[in-house]
Amino acid sequence: MRLTFLIAALFALPLRADPDPTDWTAVLEDARGQTVYWHAWGGATATNDFIRWVAQQVDDRFGVRLTHVKLADTADAVSRVIAEKNAGKTDGGAVDLIWINGANFAAMKENGLLYGPWAEDLPNRRYVDITDRATTHDFTVPTEGYESPWAKAQVVFYHDTARLPAPPVSMPALLNWARQTPGRFTYPQPPDFLGTTFLKQALYELTPDPAALQSAAGENYDTATAPLWAFLDDLTPHLWRQGRAYPQTGPRQLQLMADGEIDLAISFSPGEASTAIASGQLPDTVRTFVLERGTIGNASFVAIPFNASAKAGAMVVADFLLSPMAQAHAQDPVVLGYGTVLALDKLPAPDRARFTALELGIATLPPEALGPTLPEPHPSWTTRIEQDWARRFGG
Amino acid sequence: MQLLRAAPALTLLILLGPVAAGLMGTLAPAFGVLPALGGTTPGLAPLRTLLAWPGLTEAVGLSISTGIAATILSLGVVTLFTAGWYGTRPMRWLTRLLAPLLAIPHAAAAFGLAFLVAPSGWLARVFSPWATGWDRPPDLLIVQDPLGLTMIAGLVVKEIPFLMLMTLAALPQAHPEKRLTIARALGHGRVSGWLKAVFPAVYTQIRLPVYAVLAYSLTVVDVAIILGPNTPPPLAVQVVRWMSDPDLSMRFPASAGAMLQLVLVLGALGLWRLGEHMIARLARPWAEAGPQHLPMRGAGLALAALGAGTVLAGLGVLGLWSVAGFWPFPDALPRSTEMAGWVRHGAALGTAAWETLRIATAATGAALGMALACLEAEHRFGLTPGTRSLWVLYLPLLIPQVAFLPGLQTLALITGAPEGGMVVLGHLVFVLPYVFLTLAAPWRAWDTRHATVAAALGAGPWRVFWTVRLPMLASPVLTAGAVGLAVSVGQYLPTLLIGGGRIQTLTTEAVALASGGDRRVIGVTALAQTALAVGGFALALAIPRLMWRNRRGLRGGR
Repeated sequence: MRLTFLIAALFALPLRADPDPTDWTAVLEDARGQTVYWHAWGGATATNDFIRWVAQQVDDRFGVRLTHVKLADTADAVSRVIAEKNAGKTDGGAVDLIWINGANFAAMKENGLLYGPWAEDLPNRRYVDITDRATTHDFTVPTEGYESPWAKAQVVFYHDTARLPAPPVSMPALLNWARQTPGRFTYPQPPDFLGTTFLKQALYELTPDPAALQSAAGENYDTATAPLWAFLDDLTPHLWRQGRAYPQTGPRQLQLMADGEIDLAISFSPGEASTAIASGQLPDTVRTFVLERGTIGNASFVAIPFNASAKAGAMVVADFLLSPMAQAHAQDPVVLGYGTVLALDKLPAPDRARFTALELGIATLPPEALGPTLPEPHPSWTTRIEQDWARRFGG
Repeated sequence: MQLLRAAPALTLLILLGPVAAGLMGTLAPAFGVLPALGGTTPGLAPLRTLLAWPGLTEAVGLSISTGIAATILSLGVVTLFTAGWYGTRPMRWLTRLLAPLLAIPHAAAAFGLAFLVAPSGWLARVFSPWATGWDRPPDLLIVQDPLGLTMIAGLVVKEIPFLMLMTLAALPQAHPEKRLTIARALGHGRVSGWLKAVFPAVYTQIRLPVYAVLAYSLTVVDVAIILGPNTPPPLAVQVVRWMSDPDLSMRFPASAGAMLQLVLVLGALGLWRLGEHMIARLARPWAEAGPQHLPMRGAGLALAALGAGTVLAGLGVLGLWSVAGFWPFPDALPRSTEMAGWVRHGAALGTAAWETLRIATAATGAALGMALACLEAEHRFGLTPGTRSLWVLYLPLLIPQVAFLPGLQTLALITGAPEGGMVVLGHLVFVLPYVFLTLAAPWRAWDTRHATVAAALGAGPWRVFWTVRLPMLASPVLTAGAVGLAVSVGQYLPTLLIGGGRIQTLTTEAVALASGGDRRVIGVTALAQTALAVGGFALALAIPRLMWRNRRGLRGGR
């Protein structure tokens, strides 16, 4: 008796098809009542608070319950999706949305672990500054609607004006300064994301033909990277601990700055210094600066795994992240200080005003002072310089 | 009765699946098989990639040297201290400190130690600038030193309390008073009498925990990342790095590295075993050489106190950080204090604490039940081979968790069971070996003549179990429970990966929050985690003392 009832109930359920992002009304309807598990790094209080705010908003507006699954490492979410694919779990997956960066995205896309395309059909997509390659290409890999941007980042450096009033604004100047004041600079150990970024930043400035970095590394690899290795060979003995140890992560590097062990540090978030001053992590004498020949910029994205349980809900969250309201909230230095991915001239005037009204933090450079943005090099460069770095300096 | 007889087989049955799945999940990718990532044909390519890694020799060397050194040192300190101070007031004092020492998570203790000894750390701050002249931290390589000395220290200070607890639980079965009285009567000094007459009986009982310490020290990741060298790191850390590399093809050499790690641990255990035999042989002439005095009492106390003091001071500075405002070098104290960290994270951690306790109680309860049933079955039916075969259950301790878990996780997914239950089972896989190795030797060392006497007085086997054996062995049973509870509370990856983020515990919250590196957050989460585990250890230490207020002969270690 119960079995028949169960079978009847099963047939009564509509076959769960993937939501059609071009039919947004249907997506919204589908999303209402869904619970979205957003797997995102949980190490930054500011980001955690921002995600909590997003959860409140999407619940109020769209009836979507958003749970932040705090990760110590994005790779853990990738592991989960791989295990689900291994176990043949093609729907009902545990991860609905991932905060993802270039290399993880490339790997997941390549291995068929992502759902899509959906991102280019989001209603708020029309405001996105798609003339900026950073929003359509993730580390030169075309996003093709498999992930949606939500914040922009650019490499900056920060320094303590109390100890270092005039920071070096080019790689040769950095080397000179390190020679004069040894032991006061280091970078997170590659393959840490930020550490690798430092290598790429140096490569951009030192390589004879920076444009070549936009296509895959080939025969030209040795010539292109020779100046980088020469630079690092010169720099390493003058690093903190003579390069015999490195901070393992960006946050550990920030701690070294707070402890007065180093005098300048690299960051991928123009607002990080202000946020850290506000939370008592850095002295209020810290200021941000950029290199004179430009710094690398990229965007943060969200992606939906191929077997996510709440795809409609995840899209609604991704779309809300692109709304002028959420973007302006994220750009507020008191909140996150992340750059917007929207083109302000596409926005209606009241929405544009949200951005112009923002007050920048004490150590944050205004957007026009951030200087030129350099695009991320092709991923093949990243992989090879990481390997070479490990061989030469990482043991 | 039938059920009890089948207990070892049942235990094996329940856990063999998860253990085999975990092992297969490591083994298959190690030989190139992982269909989700396009690996379908077995081959040796992952092994070749592993062998081509230039840091391999150094990493393997570091794993072995730090692991073995940490184990020898912690066992040495515990033995020397117990030998010199058994039954004295200093020993009672330090025993009272055991609960917090054990409850503080390894990573938190490592953070505490790092902040004590780093050039910008608290010790340097206390003496700067007035004594050292430093107004900036000096550029000295103390933490992350190439030999891994700081890492060894970080491991030793946490393993001393663990082995101390194991020793305390084992002592009543070793009858130290009687043995020591005889040794003293023969003219031996306190330390040498203990080493010759009592230590062999204690060591037989704590052998498995010592192996666990060795395996743990060889596979440890969090402590190694914080305190250990990283150019290159010990092998286990490198395995984790490869596992979390965005380039998913690195998961193949990662699995090969995990298998190498397993071989390494087994090799180290074999080496240790060989060392046991050699020492037993070489020490015999010494043991038979007649009365001796070893002037090492002071050293034993000093080292034990230094170890305990380091952990507690580390916990103290973390507590200070949890309420610190801006705190620059060389200030010995924060310039201002604020409760922001506690206010911000306290509520979330509090909610997660209940979930943590629920899972820990379920996993520990199941583990204790299984271990007791297996051991009692062994006693009653002479099923020694049955329980001996349970060594398979120790495998999860010998492989880096990050490589072992994907297989376990895949199994959990294939069964389709609810996450909550699967998380408990996942915890059980790591809790049971610790419960077993804590309990087995003292349980087996129990003098069975007590059972004979009880039977002669008309008690059936169950009455003997409940009213004689269990109460007499309350100390090791409770200790095993407390260790199990702490192990469960500390599980991060099994909870996250098997629970798929649906199950949020204090530890998943704490590890994720602490990954941001803010010392205030680390302070808050470390204290919260310590508070949760401290109860178990405090009870395990206090209950036997209360139970045996009027049974002096059972009090053994106290």
